[in-house]
Amino acid sequence: MGRKANFEEKQKKGPGKKAKKQQAPVYSFDVREFDGNRKLTSRDKARAKKRALKAAAQQERKAKRQKTAQQKSNEDELDSTGEEQFSPEEMAELQESAAAQGPPQEKTKKTLFGEEDSDEDKEEEEEDDDDSEGEDSADDIETDLEKMSKKLEKENQRRLAEGEAYMEEATSKVGVQIPSLEEVKKEMTGETEPDLPTINSRIKDTAFILADFKKRHEEGRNRAEYMEIFLMDLSTYYSYNTFLMEKLLHMFGPTELIEFLEANELPRPVTIRTNTLRSRRKVLATSLIDRGVDVDIIPWSRVGLVVMRTPGNVTLGATPEYLAGHYILQGASSFLPVMALSPKEGEKILDMCAAPGGKATHIAAIMRNTGMLVANDVNKDRVKAVVGNFHRLGITNSVITTNDGRCFPKIMPRGFDRVLLDAPCSGTGVISKDERVKISKDPKDINRCSHLQRELLLAAIDSVHKFDGINGYVVYSTCSVLVEENEEVVEYALKKRNVQLVSTGLDIGKPGFVNYRGKRFNSTMNLCKRIYPHSYNMDGFFIAKLKKMDDIEAPSQTQAVVKGK
Amino acid sequence: MRPLTNEETKLVLTKLKKYIGQNVRTLLERSDGLYCLRLHNNRVYYVKEEIMKFAVSLPRENLVSLGVCFGKITKGGKFMLRITALDFLHPYCQNKIWVKSSSEDSFLYGNHVYKSGLSRISDNTAKYTGAIIFSSKDIPLGFGVTGKSTPECRLADPMNIICFNQADVGEYIRNEEGLI
Repeated sequence: MGRKANFEEKQKKGPGKKAKKQQAPVYSFDVREFDGNRKLTSRDKARAKKRALKAAAQQERKAKRQKTAQQKSNEDELDSTGEEQFSPEEMAELQESAAAQGPPQEKTKKTLFGEEDSDEDKEEEEEDDDDSEGEDSADDIETDLEKMSKKLEKENQRRLAEGEAYMEEATSKVGVQIPSLEEVKKEMTGETEPDLPTINSRIKDTAFILADFKKRHEEGRNRAEYMEIFLMDLSTYYSYNTFLMEKLLHMFGPTELIEFLEANELPRPVTIRTNTLRSRRKVLATSLIDRGVDVDIIPWSRVGLVVMRTPGNVTLGATPEYLAGHYILQGASSFLPVMALSPKEGEKILDMCAAPGGKATHIAAIMRNTGMLVANDVNKDRVKAVVGNFHRLGITNSVITTNDGRCFPKIMPRGFDRVLLDAPCSGTGVISKDERVKISKDPKDINRCSHLQRELLLAAIDSVHKFDGINGYVVYSTCSVLVEENEEVVEYALKKRNVQLVSTGLDIGKPGFVNYRGKRFNSTMNLCKRIYPHSYNMDGFFIAKLKKMDDIEAPSQTQAVVKGK
Repeated sequence: MRPLTNEETKLVLTKLKKYIGQNVRTLLERSDGLYCLRLHNNRVYYVKEEIMKFAVSLPRENLVSLGVCFGKITKGGKFMLRITALDFLHPYCQNKIWVKSSSEDSFLYGNHVYKSGLSRISDNTAKYTGAIIFSSKDIPLGFGVTGKSTPECRLADPMNIICFNQADVGEYIRNEEGLI
């Protein structure tokens, strides 16, 4: 066998590869030629000539522009095509002024570029000797320079203003042209495949018109028509069904909707959560970096890491650290409901829809394995993932069940300090994860989800207690962005039970809607948080925190009691 | 869910004793509360008493797991220790085996520990006794039964099995359905 070989006998031959030193480079030509005085070639000369011609032409143009500006100030009225209306005398005058302004500018230009170009410009200087005759003092040059720069600035500003004015004028006169509704419909239903680039450009045009409809629309066409075209184009281009697209359009408006849809096409960054029962974020980050994984901390969380890049030979879901339960793969927005819930050590907490256990393990980690955590999910297959994650992450204070969430008030009435309800939803916030949502949802689905969510939320409220002055809290969250599954559900709970919305304590997110398309929700609805994929590069999410007040069925009844007294 | 009978308790504790020796006592008499062993669906759970009392009131058919699952009692009347018990075995264990970083993956795929992959082994490890396997960075990876004692390891061939794989953390991915 190979290991019986005697290695000591072998002797080294020569100095070895690494001892070899690279020798100094040898050039076939003289290096000094490049930094010393070089004789100009014919091409150099030609280039210099061209440069001079170009500079002269530029000056001429500048002079012309100044002239027109002067004229503008002299006469109040001037056509946009003023240049063509010059008389021959004026032209002559113009050329004179150009010639007069020419030389000093040339000089300043040369001083600007300094000595670096002196070699190249040698020929140029020889050619137009008369330009560089007079030498000014340094002060003169400086004032010249200041003047020049001021002039240039003014010129730039004027041109910018002109450009804007031109755009306004052009759009108001000509307008962005959109084909009529019939044509668009024909194109969509026609036999040939609709052309995506055309649709894309039309989407942009329509969004531009809709952004300032009064000014930009074509006469004789109403907003509804534009909206319909916009809707059809968007659903074709991003392949959504019209129902969902309409809902989204109502919520976001044209410009933001395009951002939202574009964000849905891109995957969200992979994020991981450190299991504080097993490791610390810093330690985990170093051990992952050792494996070649680029990670960065999530600034608003104490446990989050975002993965920038993973090498080909590492699977984040199968490293020894992962298997030993040092971290869990979890979307950044899934941290938020738990942060809003803010569990305390020693409390009894219920996670009603726990699978696959990301948020529930987060709660247990915050509680540091004290108190009690009930992780429930109605789906028996998905509960297996909860069991796996809980044991992997070393959580010992848990009970895992597969009850229907709606039964909890019967099983454990007022038995919990806090309840997290991450309700089953249509998933319109996580379209980048699951593209089927784009076409599979119809009004029935949304209603079904919404109904179930209402029942679950009421059950969640009924299973938290309120006694000894300690209020129970319920956090309601969904990964949907639709109002039907969020604000409306919370509004329903506010009406049915004696609960109050309280601040979630999160820094990020937009406030919930108080008014939405003619509906008026509770005035405290702005305490809810909405997360959009395009604004935070996280999955779309909705988070509301409810505080249970007195344990009486509905606020209307409390009022009755007060009156009775 | 019910408490273990005397025979069952004996069965479980003798198995645990192979890995953690006399530390079984520390496992059951803890300073931070009362812990107990409970049987549910033939699985043995190690759980805090408060949590157990709460779980009693939940519908039995919908109860999946409580506390930590140590393993299951087979129909043949044996106790099988599962990977989920690793958390409570590795702090108290008596025999440790460290594997080289190159053969970590191999062990996590369910293979045995060979001499070629052995990095270190604790002194006085007897033959055919329980041992916990650690990675080179001291992360517990699983447990097994030693095939060689410490002195025998020195003379063993590279392909000799030092430790037979009983359970490894790779099961969390490989065998998620059958964890408990």
